[in-house]
Amino acid sequence: MSKILVVAELQDGKVRKATHSAITFARQAGAPFSILAIGAGAQGAAASVTGFGAEKVLVCDDASLVGPICERFAPTIAQAAKAGGFDVVVVTASSFGKDVAPRVAAKLGAGYAPDISGVKAEGDKLVFRRPVFAGNAYATCEITTALKVVSVRQSELAAAEPSGGASPVESVALAAKDAAEGRIEFVGLEAAKSERPDLGEARVIVAGGRALKEQFAGVLDPLANLLGAAVGASRAACDAGYAPAELQVGQTGRVVAPQLYFAIGISGAIQHLAGMKGSKTIVAVNKDADAPIFQVADYGLVADLFQAVPELVTELKKAQG
Amino acid sequence: MKILVPLKRVADPDNANKVKVNGGKLETTGLEWKPNPFDEYAVETALRLTENGTNPKARQGEVVVVTFGPKDTETTLRAALATGADRAIRVDAADDALDGDLVARALKALVEKEKPDLVLLGKQAVDGDSNQVGQLLAEYLGWPQATFAGSIQSEDDKSLVVGREVDGGTLKVRVTLPAVVSVDLRIVAPNSVRGKHTPPTHAYADGVRFAALMAIMAAKKKPLAEVKLADLASDTALKIKYTGFELPPARKAGIKVKAVSELVDKLKNEAKVV
Repeated sequence: MSKILVVAELQDGKVRKATHSAITFARQAGAPFSILAIGAGAQGAAASVTGFGAEKVLVCDDASLVGPICERFAPTIAQAAKAGGFDVVVVTASSFGKDVAPRVAAKLGAGYAPDISGVKAEGDKLVFRRPVFAGNAYATCEITTALKVVSVRQSELAAAEPSGGASPVESVALAAKDAAEGRIEFVGLEAAKSERPDLGEARVIVAGGRALKEQFAGVLDPLANLLGAAVGASRAACDAGYAPAELQVGQTGRVVAPQLYFAIGISGAIQHLAGMKGSKTIVAVNKDADAPIFQVADYGLVADLFQAVPELVTELKKAQG
Repeated sequence: MKILVPLKRVADPDNANKVKVNGGKLETTGLEWKPNPFDEYAVETALRLTENGTNPKARQGEVVVVTFGPKDTETTLRAALATGADRAIRVDAADDALDGDLVARALKALVEKEKPDLVLLGKQAVDGDSNQVGQLLAEYLGWPQATFAGSIQSEDDKSLVVGREVDGGTLKVRVTLPAVVSVDLRIVAPNSVRGKHTPPTHAYADGVRFAALMAIMAAKKKPLAEVKLADLASDTALKIKYTGFELPPARKAGIKVKAVSELVDKLKNEAKVV
């Protein structure tokens, strides 16, 4: 029987919602699990994950664990995994998780499987499922080493609901510093200030393509504001500078699965589809009737987006009364 | 500066929709091999860091490219040599005898022999989409890493300021060399890479450079060494075992609506999402 350590990802002193998908992974694996809240402010954040049925909530709260520099986090995650006798370490497949997980695996001599979308216990084996080739195929795989590290996709594993109870909270020690840590320094985080929900957590996403040009925000913001939506973008729109890079949805950007996804002026390259085709309802607005996006859209509208989107805002306002 | 660039060939990503699954096995026959696009960006980045952009033919340092695979992967290496890399190494191995961890461990041994100042590689290969070799290698070497680099600025080739594309925006870090850097899409924008030899006013053409015919011919004479995998890694056991493949569930075909009002009606009354 495995013993799983779920690494909670913190942001602004809170546990990110993606962590709840990692808890779902642990439940699917059917094994006892603990949660490690690690980072500056972890002590305060830990209380939010004590109600999920974890055996323990481990906390490493240290002022040095600030800024998502994986060289600072990996030694302590690996040490906590070893000390607690955990054989599976789970992180979220966020940019932080993907940065840190392989380092943890290398420290533990563990095999690493990224972007897990499901897990099954078969006897004493864990069988993982993960997308490959931009989601054009799903692979089943096993990790052959005794210790295993995985990252899990928030878009494929539903967020776990609290199950009640109160897991005991326990402090774990900060590991000794790595040589590598002395050679990396945090310079700054340039983040566009936004009141919008995170792409990974939004119920609705309004995404735009290159066709929007300089009017990207001018056209999409009213629709996003009305629906409380996150804004996403195609690679072409980001490359052209119409939208910031962190809004990119796709194989190599964010992978999302909201209830409702608007693809506005996005042709639908396979790399983009890889990042959004798990969405529940997809709406495409494009003036090219042959655009591949229409093959995955539940509702397609062939129209000039500069007319259709403002009209959509007006009609939605009417419909919402 | 000496830079080592690991490369991988992948089944043509623009034809990934032709990926077929037959009896739980992935069929890649009929798919054309292409260099992994992120690795091509890594080569371009390495070239920009080791030249004066106004006179790109004179290399100021050394760019060594390495790949793992059978003989025919040398095509990928020759293509990199043609764009300006100095020499190449092929680590002989069957494609299915490799996983990311084994490649990282073998690269560690190669780095210890070659002693580069920097290992530059793509953030992920677009076949397995694993996004791991750079991080594994950095840990095995005890080096710092800067993954998902969208910009790199060299500070006299002693350290790099790297703009990393992360979920929340751009995270800037300074890494002291030697280090591992994995590159993201926007590293090949005109002003993304600032090497110490190129005047700050110089803007590159967007994207990767293409090799001239003369350079392709000349690349055939550049050194290409073959190394055995077993000489770099004593333990060649794989840590990950793929046991089957399947196609994703197909989305059921949608409909085209004629007008915005019809769309709003469907969203409200059929899909019930607004």
